[in-house]
Amino acid sequence: MESKLRGHAHKYGKNVDTDVIIPGKYCNIIDPIELGKHALEGLDPEYTGRMRAGDIIVADTNFGCGSSREVAPIAIKGSGTSAVIAKSFARIFYRNALNIGLPIFESAEAVDRIESGDEIELEPENGTIRNITKGESYRAAEFPPFMRSLIDAGGLVPYVEKRLAERN
Amino acid sequence: MGMTLTEKILARHCGLELVEPGQIVNAKVDLVLANELSAAVAIKVMRGMTGAKRVFDPSRIALVADHFVPAKDAQSASLAKLMKDFAIEQKIEHFFDVGRGGIEHVVLPEEGLVAPGELIVGGDSHTCTYGAFGAFATGMGSTDIAAAFVLGEVWLKVPASIKLVYEGKTQPMVYAKDIMLRTVGELGIDGATYRAIEYHGSTVDELSITGRITMANMAIEAGAKNGIFHADAKTIAYVKERTDRPFVVERADADAAYERVIRIDVGELEPQVACPHTPDNVHPISEVTREDLPVDQVFIGSCTNGYIEDLRVVAQILEGKRIAPNLRVIVNPGSQKVWMQAAQEGILTTLAAAGCAVNTPGCGACFGGHMGTLGDGERAISTTNRNYVGRMGSPKAEIYLASPATCAASALTGRITDPRALAYVEA
Repeated sequence: MESKLRGHAHKYGKNVDTDVIIPGKYCNIIDPIELGKHALEGLDPEYTGRMRAGDIIVADTNFGCGSSREVAPIAIKGSGTSAVIAKSFARIFYRNALNIGLPIFESAEAVDRIESGDEIELEPENGTIRNITKGESYRAAEFPPFMRSLIDAGGLVPYVEKRLAERN
Repeated sequence: MGMTLTEKILARHCGLELVEPGQIVNAKVDLVLANELSAAVAIKVMRGMTGAKRVFDPSRIALVADHFVPAKDAQSASLAKLMKDFAIEQKIEHFFDVGRGGIEHVVLPEEGLVAPGELIVGGDSHTCTYGAFGAFATGMGSTDIAAAFVLGEVWLKVPASIKLVYEGKTQPMVYAKDIMLRTVGELGIDGATYRAIEYHGSTVDELSITGRITMANMAIEAGAKNGIFHADAKTIAYVKERTDRPFVVERADADAAYERVIRIDVGELEPQVACPHTPDNVHPISEVTREDLPVDQVFIGSCTNGYIEDLRVVAQILEGKRIAPNLRVIVNPGSQKVWMQAAQEGILTTLAAAGCAVNTPGCGACFGGHMGTLGDGERAISTTNRNYVGRMGSPKAEIYLASPATCAASALTGRITDPRALAYVEA
């Protein structure tokens, strides 16, 4: 994963669902950049116009609930958003985000403290969330050991490739 | 300590005597499902994997074109073509193009591709539907599906189970959809996240297969990984009519550990409605109809309520009548087989004569793809499963979720209507 990520926070509420992250009508798009043009369109149509590359989505509980569409995290990544911080993530979104390499951070404290516009620096390797604007630091929940080993292996695809090689 | 039904199935599929919640397991899959959207991304991922030339077993993969079919535009057509080409190249046995299948979750059970005790993963969140048959079934994204395509295995975290026990006999005009909406309302949309839901009780024992499908289908609306029923004589008869493949009927142990046990008495339950904009914003119909809520569109269909049993309820209510003026009603039989059965029973003619538009089976309207998209300021009542902002089209539209009976009653009046208020209920 990338070393440090830096950008401004855009804060949203709880249950940000996959239908607002990438509305169904765009689900026939595969290209990440094209998808990125519509990221969060159902929730905040101005998001992609306002955000700068590297910016960070901050949301309450159950981020990414709803559909299994992998284009949801792909759209977020394609928009240039560097990461999502939330109090919790919906199950399928969590898996998808890790599989496609969108950094995600679980931290209730960070979400409660961060305000929209705050400048944030993230260290994905150790889960550190630094609020530069407020001069504070928070820690994201650690990934469970199996997830950590998948991330360290470079994600699911290299893991599968290794398994296939072992079979042959 | 014994195991829950979900734990039993997972243990068998990873060759262990015992599994427990939180444990990470590598489980063999009996079937991997994808539709043209999730398949397109999965195929792209698979093509990029070193050493991944063939799928693990062409007889254990089902590919169903259902989201943007008949293709709404060239881009959608290209995704369907990508999947078709892949199906031909990989000799996939269960490939269903438009006209031969329908909505994936309606088609797979019909085709005998789902049996008790099996483990099924699909590139669609409503894959949990197959829990109706006593199978472990869960939705995943396309990269996970690509991995399952080539390995025939998935990694899973064993979920803790929530036991839901339903007792009581439902009143007339109260259906499985109402029971499940109430359940999602009780649990909340993240109330079962990372959990299995296990359905129990005399109420669900009495339910038809279709009713159980409706309930298992919406387990994801509470965030659950899967929702599962015990297979009984009804399930076994249904499956054996469609396949001679052997299967193992698992049962939860008497001393299985559940994280929570929730008892729900359905005896006094009214028809339920999920109001905008989350599926857990559920209210009894008597509360909802206190306000006059005219609707622009009624939608009948989807993997939740697109079955012949659902269409029969709607046809019974609309028989010999006309839908309200200034209203459109779109009916989408769930599959080609449901469509044909409905045609044979005269249901399609009844609905068309009442003023309904009857569409080709597919998912289009439910997810705001096409064939029934809502515009700004429109209000719909729908038999589907989600009502998030923008789900069926405009973010400025409102979606109310209800049973086929409540939707049909609303079709007659043009406003959200309690089906029990219709005169013929007495008859």
